[in-house]
Amino acid sequence: MTNFHSTIDVSVNGQRRSDEVDHRSTLLDYLREHLGLTGSKKGCDHGQCGACTVLQDGLRINSCLQLAVMADGTEVITIEGIDAEGIDAEGIHTEGIDGTVDRAGSGGGGASLQRTFVELDGLQCGYCTPGQICSAVGVIREIAAGWPSAVMEQVTDRPALTEAEVRERMSGNLCRCGAYVNIVPAILRAQELRS
Amino acid sequence: MTSLDSALEVDAERLTDADGTLLRVDGPDKVTGRAVYAAEHHFADQAYAVPVTSTIAKGMIMAIDVADAEVVAGVLTIISADHAPVLPEGDDGELRLFQSHEVAYRGQIVAAVVATSLEAAVEAAGLVRIRYDEAPADVLLRTDHPRLYAPEHVNPDFATDTTVGDVEAQLAQADVVVDATYTTPGEHNNPMEPHATIAVWDAGRLTLYDSVQGSQRARRAVAAALGIDPDDVRVVYQFVGGGFGSKGSSRPQAIVAALAAREVDRPVVCVVSRAQMFTMTGYRTPTIQRVQLGATADGRLTATAHDVWEQTSTIAEFAEQTAVATRHMYAAPGRRTTHRLVALDVPTPAWMRAPGECPGMFALESAMDELATACAIDPVELRIINEPDLDPETGTPFGDRRLVQCLRDGARRFSWAERRGRGPQRDGAWLSGVGVASSVYPARAQTSAARATAYPDGRWLVEIDAADIGTGSRTALLGYAAECLAVSADRVELRIADSALPAAMIAGGSMGAASWTWAIGKACAELQQRLDRSDGSIPALGIAVEVSTKDEVAALPDVSRFSFGAQFVEVRVNTDTGETRVPHMLGVFSAGRILNPVMARSQLIGGMTMGLSMALMEEAILDVELGYVVNHDLAQYHIATHADVPSIEVHVLDGGRSDLGRAGAQGVGEVGIVGAAAAVANAVHHATGIRVRDLPIRLDRLLPC
Amino acid sequence: MTPLGYARPRDVADALDRAAAPGAMFIGGGTNLVDLMKLGVETPAALVDVGRLGLDRIEELAGGGLRIGAAVRNSRLAADARVRQRYPVLAEALVNGASGQLRNMATVGGNLLQRTRCAYFQDTSADCNKRVPGSGCSARAGDHRNLAILGGSPACIATHPSDMAVAMVALDAVVNVRTPAGTSRTDVRELHRLPGSTPHIETVLAAGSLIESVDLPAPVEARSTYRKVRDRASFAFAVASVAAIVQLDDRRVRDVRIALGAVAPRPWRASAAEDVIRGESPSTALFESAIAAELADAEPLRGNAYKVPLLRNLVVRVLCELCGVDPPVRSLA
Repeated sequence: MTNFHSTIDVSVNGQRRSDEVDHRSTLLDYLREHLGLTGSKKGCDHGQCGACTVLQDGLRINSCLQLAVMADGTEVITIEGIDAEGIDAEGIHTEGIDGTVDRAGSGGGGASLQRTFVELDGLQCGYCTPGQICSAVGVIREIAAGWPSAVMEQVTDRPALTEAEVRERMSGNLCRCGAYVNIVPAILRAQELRS
Repeated sequence: MTSLDSALEVDAERLTDADGTLLRVDGPDKVTGRAVYAAEHHFADQAYAVPVTSTIAKGMIMAIDVADAEVVAGVLTIISADHAPVLPEGDDGELRLFQSHEVAYRGQIVAAVVATSLEAAVEAAGLVRIRYDEAPADVLLRTDHPRLYAPEHVNPDFATDTTVGDVEAQLAQADVVVDATYTTPGEHNNPMEPHATIAVWDAGRLTLYDSVQGSQRARRAVAAALGIDPDDVRVVYQFVGGGFGSKGSSRPQAIVAALAAREVDRPVVCVVSRAQMFTMTGYRTPTIQRVQLGATADGRLTATAHDVWEQTSTIAEFAEQTAVATRHMYAAPGRRTTHRLVALDVPTPAWMRAPGECPGMFALESAMDELATACAIDPVELRIINEPDLDPETGTPFGDRRLVQCLRDGARRFSWAERRGRGPQRDGAWLSGVGVASSVYPARAQTSAARATAYPDGRWLVEIDAADIGTGSRTALLGYAAECLAVSADRVELRIADSALPAAMIAGGSMGAASWTWAIGKACAELQQRLDRSDGSIPALGIAVEVSTKDEVAALPDVSRFSFGAQFVEVRVNTDTGETRVPHMLGVFSAGRILNPVMARSQLIGGMTMGLSMALMEEAILDVELGYVVNHDLAQYHIATHADVPSIEVHVLDGGRSDLGRAGAQGVGEVGIVGAAAAVANAVHHATGIRVRDLPIRLDRLLPC
Repeated sequence: MTPLGYARPRDVADALDRAAAPGAMFIGGGTNLVDLMKLGVETPAALVDVGRLGLDRIEELAGGGLRIGAAVRNSRLAADARVRQRYPVLAEALVNGASGQLRNMATVGGNLLQRTRCAYFQDTSADCNKRVPGSGCSARAGDHRNLAILGGSPACIATHPSDMAVAMVALDAVVNVRTPAGTSRTDVRELHRLPGSTPHIETVLAAGSLIESVDLPAPVEARSTYRKVRDRASFAFAVASVAAIVQLDDRRVRDVRIALGAVAPRPWRASAAEDVIRGESPSTALFESAIAAELADAEPLRGNAYKVPLLRNLVVRVLCELCGVDPPVRSLA
């Protein structure tokens, strides 16, 4: 007899939970429909827009493409818990190309992004915004950890937090209102505030 | 000159920038995830409705087999033409669901499954089996279609055709003639928030938590579709995740939710999937446009003819006003515009950001660039030469026409003359060039009501059924209300986005800013007068004044009112691959008084960004055999992302003041997209010598095959 | 989506056991499979989650190669210092694929076995021989702008969408496969079959096989690059891509390896072009004739004919840059 449900143990925004989920439910639907955490948005449900972006074990992912049951045993941070998140590389546990990891400051990095998005009007309708901010936390961490991108001259280089890097790395987050030219400065400004 | 690019120094407590401009007042709710959008209102016993759509483009439903679907655990009901209440005849065929077994287009709603969980509803929707008798479908727009016709008018109520002078004679005598055909593909609004509705019935009254751009039209449409009294429908839409026209009218998911909720006697949520958004939420019609320009050798226009072919559906008519902007842009003794429509087996097109002006100005402003080349005149100068004194179509004066100033100011800021004169520049495989185009969008206002209340503790309440779909109206209107009341914004509470509030114009046609400030300004002024006449004591419940601008709007003098702009664009084109990139766009606009520079700048860069997206990538790819748009997702229907938009600079001319209402404001939601695609195409021509007349400017349209 | 079983096996043997059940499928990151399940294209009865079997390590091989576990996430692979230093073409291909979020989820095994993004394959209301054998192909008469010009068949012109796999094919990578019968090795370039009359059979792997790892042979002293052309500046599948590795010897090309993406049903090793170049003195003319040889068998259709000049220009440009030859100056008009 096949079982179509499982109980998952998952930490959401620092709170440990144990919930029974339908194996078909995505992590996004679990967050939105079961936990009422509607800050993570369903823009396309196919990993093509980034509105559902959350952090899982420190990394940004599309929560619409992960089944909730696969999230068992992980730590998930959504926009509702992002304010306390650091924007350093600590969450990533990978060393940079030269074996070093930037320490860009820890704790409250998410909050500084939330603030600079408002200050520099990095949003309009707001529907993509939680995903943009969660993704931005991931981007800053990934750059701090020295992860490469498609706009680096050489993949062996160490990346810097520049406009071009942020634009490339944020490209998985669509904004139909067209706030891009405000979002990128908001991300750079948040990092300035932290360092 | 107001520079909207000055660095913002923020007073975090008061949420203002260094100039005291209010920052987005709902920003904190949006960046924390607290803002609740339509589908996110949660009811304990809510059910989920999932639409089932047709898989043929034309024909009849022969059988609807729900045997496997209805036994799925959690399924409450399945609505279809076999099982649905009779709805009244209405004029919006898109909302008249489940009344016929006829299929009008592929992707039309033919059934809806209602279940206690989303998973069950999705599963059962996949198990509804429909047998069709398929008929040949006709989905391709062409200029020789035998069923082309002239609609009675074009959206919303413009003349279908216009003629001034003898355009053919002028063309025959012209020193220089440009005669070119341009096409724009179907384009889809694709707001990030999918259309969604939660319907809640209570004793015969219906509340919709809906994703719309305004409630008054929505409640009337839903009431008409269901055959109930509009006064029994309330629409609440506090947060809306973009619309760009597609949420200006009600969409079928509202009807599905309402019918389902009535039948299962509990709240029902219905969310349109991203794929379904390509069929049931409207789109911009594809257009075919022939533009003929006649001119003297020194570039004076003698003839402008703009003939347009476009499509509608068989179940409702929408006639995009594509050539209307051409009626007002440039002077010429011989003038003609026409619109021809054909009803195809396709979803009904509808509003998308600057309907009419957006595709029409791509053609006209591309043709002007071709004329500039033909006459060997600078494209900026060509436009200035042909600047009319009066509205060339009506002979009425312009309200605030500052197109020439926009062009001159933009040219200076962009170093246009040097960069254009230098010719295309090469950097390895990349060629760069620059282009320009004009922007225009009508400035209008519609009757709105508002209520202002004073309280004894010094607080003020302003209420109006205005919308904020991301435009920043919640912020701009609050700032304006505070200005009218001569108090700081933190003393004023603004309530919007609920049909229970005083009825107002929808967020559409860039009419919100003028319409709403007019009503708010009048309400605040009359409230002040009331207070001035009183003894100064205010009862605990406050003193309220409710007004309407009906008389003022009706009494507007006959003036041609528009916002204008000039857009300057740099492009890079890769000569190996045909890839086009847009490193920089600069726009200068004239749009009355700017209420809130931060919100306005965001609107304008948003419009220009969507224009860039339209220029380079947006395209509904039609499969003529299957009769539908094959690229119906965001991986295949590309919209610009971060990496596509490195730099957009926006300036607004100072000193503007519209005669629309007390604020003197004009909306800026649409003018930014108008002309952007032409500016890109014109820059591509400058860089490569290739004139792309068919959007989007795909790499395969540039590569020699 | 119908009710779904789910299991997290103890080890690889347990995974193979569970995968033998009717309707069972492996799931790695889920970025493609969950997508296809939502579309109704894939309808597994149960999923066997192979994301946590310890296959997420990158290990040294004797001789300087690397063994990449099948469950290594794309982003980790791209970030790995050894990969970036020894196989930069692979890191470049990876960071050109998908988005940051998807790269954090997608696994190496899943990336190799991902399905085509042909619109008709993804839409169950269209005809597709790959999805439903014998149903026909809507793409040939319909939209095929981004489909194959090489290696297709009357039954199917779908392309393999991976960036990563293109670099692996250029690197002569090998997959290590486990079946209940034991282990086997297959070159990545042989992993995907050409469609012929059976486009639904996409790989040479027997049913129930599990990719455990990918071996990268010891690196050679070479110049390499990955160049991707797409309709949007980022976060879009390729319309064409090339991975090229060149070993120069004085004035001659000692060895060259070229793989092409988004132009064929599999990551396409351009052997004909390599044969023309190998041992010769690099020049624009040589590269033009090499790509012409490769494209001699191209079968472009009306909507994708542009890929012929696109590939030619792209490959010539990339090889010129790698070999220090002045690339041809082209104009479009």
